[in-house]
Amino acid sequence: MSDDKQEAPAHPAQGSAAHKDGECADCSRREFFAKLGLGSLIVAGVGTGLFAYEYFSPNVLFEASPIVKAGKPDQFPPNSVTLDAQSGIYLVNSAKGYYALGAICTHLGCLTAWKPELDLIACPCHGSRFNRDGIKVAGPAPQPLPWLKVWLADDGYLMVDRSTPLKVQEFVKA
Amino acid sequence: MAPTIKTEWERIRNSGVWRSIFRSGSGASNLHRAEAIQQNVFLHLFSVKIRSRALEFKPTWFLGALTLTTFFILVVTGILLMFYYHPSVPQAYADMKDLQFVVASGVFLRNLHRWSAHAMVFLVFAHMFKVFYRGAYRPPRQFNWVIGVFLLLVTLLLSYTGYLLPWDQLAFWAVTVGSNIAKAVPLVGDKVRFLMLGGNEVNANALLRFYVLHCVILPLAAVALVGVHFWRIRKDGGLYVPEKKTL
Repeated sequence: MSDDKQEAPAHPAQGSAAHKDGECADCSRREFFAKLGLGSLIVAGVGTGLFAYEYFSPNVLFEASPIVKAGKPDQFPPNSVTLDAQSGIYLVNSAKGYYALGAICTHLGCLTAWKPELDLIACPCHGSRFNRDGIKVAGPAPQPLPWLKVWLADDGYLMVDRSTPLKVQEFVKA
Repeated sequence: MAPTIKTEWERIRNSGVWRSIFRSGSGASNLHRAEAIQQNVFLHLFSVKIRSRALEFKPTWFLGALTLTTFFILVVTGILLMFYYHPSVPQAYADMKDLQFVVASGVFLRNLHRWSAHAMVFLVFAHMFKVFYRGAYRPPRQFNWVIGVFLLLVTLLLSYTGYLLPWDQLAFWAVTVGSNIAKAVPLVGDKVRFLMLGGNEVNANALLRFYVLHCVILPLAAVALVGVHFWRIRKDGGLYVPEKKTL
C-alpha cells in the first residue's frame, strides 16, 4: 500500500499492474490471488448478510387474525361509538349504518380512546384528536383514522377486516 | 527480626508464585512501577506515566471514570437480575414484581440498576459536553471522539432496550412509539420495524429480541468500544491537560 503511494507519482502514465509486472515475476499471480481472496470475502459477506436477514425475519407469526368478530348489531346502541381495546377497533352505529375505524393512532401507534363528553376520539400519547368519522381535529397525527371493511356474517355477527383500510366510506345496514 | 505485615507482604511479593503472575515483583523504582502497569493485561491499556495534573478534579471532573463506574454497577446488578427474570409474556411482568416484593434485596438491585442507568446516560452527556467545551476532541484525539459518539449510541440503545423488559404499560407503549419512529426510515422503515420486533406488533418476539440485545449484544459492543476508547487515550498522548496559563 505504501509502495503504491510512493511510486504512483513517479510513473503517472503507467497503470500499476503494468508497472508491477516489470518489478517482479509473479506480481500478476499475487494480484490475481489477492483479488480472488477479496472477491470470495465479499461473496461470503453478502451471503452472510442475506442469511442473517432471512434468519431474523420470522416465517411464522403467532399474531391475532386481522379479521375480528365485533359483535351482534344490537350490542351497539344507536348513535354510539364502541371501542374494542383488544382488537383495536371502533364500531360506530350511525344514522347511515354501521362502520368501523382503526383505533391505533396514525401518529406513533398508541391505542386511542373514545371520550363521550367531548364527542371525540383522543390519543393519550401525544394528544391527537379525531371526530367519530376518523377525521383529525387536533394534534400531530398525519392521517385520519382508517375506515375498515365491515360486513354482516351469516351467523348475524358484524365482522371487521383490520388489514383492509377503505378508500371510500361504506356503511352496513343491519 | 520478627515478621511484620510489611516484611511478610514483601516475602509474598518476591515468591515464585507471585512473580510468575506479576513479573515486575516488588520494588519501588520507576522501572518497577512502569513494568507493573505495562505488564498487566488490564492496566496496560493505560499510560505508565501521566502528568499529575491529569489526576486532578479540574481537567475531567472525573466524568469518564464515573461513567465507567456506573457501567460496572449496571453489569453486576444486571447479571444478578437475570437470575430471576424470564423474558417471556406475561412472566416478565410477574418476575419484575417478584424482584420488587419477594426476592431478598431484589428491590435494591432493581432500583440500583435503574438509577445507575439514568446516571450513566446523564454522565455520558456531561462527559461529552466537558470534552467538547474544553476542546479535548481536537486532533490527535478526533478518532476517540468518534468512538465516544458510538458509545453514546450504545448507551442510548441499552437504555431503550432495557425499558421494554419490565413489560408494563409504560414499557409497552414506549416501545410501540419507538418502533413506529423506526418505521419512519425511508424505504426500509417497515422492514426495520419488522426485524426489530420480530413481528408486526410488540409481543413475545419483541421482548426476547430486546432482552438478547440488552443483555448480550449491546454490552459486548460497549465493552469492546470502551476498551478501544481507553487504549486510544494512551495512544493519543494521554488525557487532554492544557498548559497552565501564566497570569
